[in-house]
Amino acid sequence: MLALTRKKGQSIIIGENVEVTIVDIQGDQVKIGIDAPKNILIHRKEIFEEIQRENKKAAEVRVMSLKELWGKG
Amino acid sequence: MQLNTKHFGVVEVNEKDIIDFPEGIPGFEYIKRFVILGKNEDGNPFHWLQGVDDPDIALVIIDPRTFKPDYVVDVPDEEVEILDIKDTEKVLVFSVVVVPEDLSKMTANLSAPILINIENSRGKQVIMDNEDYPIKYYFMEELRKVGGN
Repeated sequence: MLALTRKKGQSIIIGENVEVTIVDIQGDQVKIGIDAPKNILIHRKEIFEEIQRENKKAAEVRVMSLKELWGKG
Repeated sequence: MQLNTKHFGVVEVNEKDIIDFPEGIPGFEYIKRFVILGKNEDGNPFHWLQGVDDPDIALVIIDPRTFKPDYVVDVPDEEVEILDIKDTEKVLVFSVVVVPEDLSKMTANLSAPILINIENSRGKQVIMDNEDYPIKYYFMEELRKVGGN
């Protein structure tokens, strides 16, 4: 992994059209601004991973009838 | 076609009912085709989203508007470009349900709804950035209120 040191207000360019700017730094929190074409989707990694985990959890459902879930079994 | 599922044994699936998920869904990126089972069970709001490419995978889904009528999906156009939506009325909305042993503690993922454009049978699970819509939303009490239980 490439690691770069940046100061507040500085940015990096990725490829031709993605710009990542360090907007603010407060203690251990960094506020990042991202300028990218609209077809590039940006998600916080932990949220995406959380959705992955949640789907996997949902897939652990035991075999049952939908009526049972609905309480009208 | 016949599908040999883990949960339901062999089910007959009509090719035209197969929904394409070009990106899969998070956690199951390799499953590109699903079908919805249990859609015609008398008013039961729960359905199965059954994997076609992996018959061992089936998730319980529910339209969140069943218990939360004001639920809205708000995502950037680019996020749903792949669905080629012409008419939002033709888009089905489902939340993925986690089913624990205690059924009263079921949760629906309001943060990442599954959208299905019925006009082209294409689907995608989108991620919303909305603090009002948690990943684990306890809905059973509300569902009971609307007469679901």
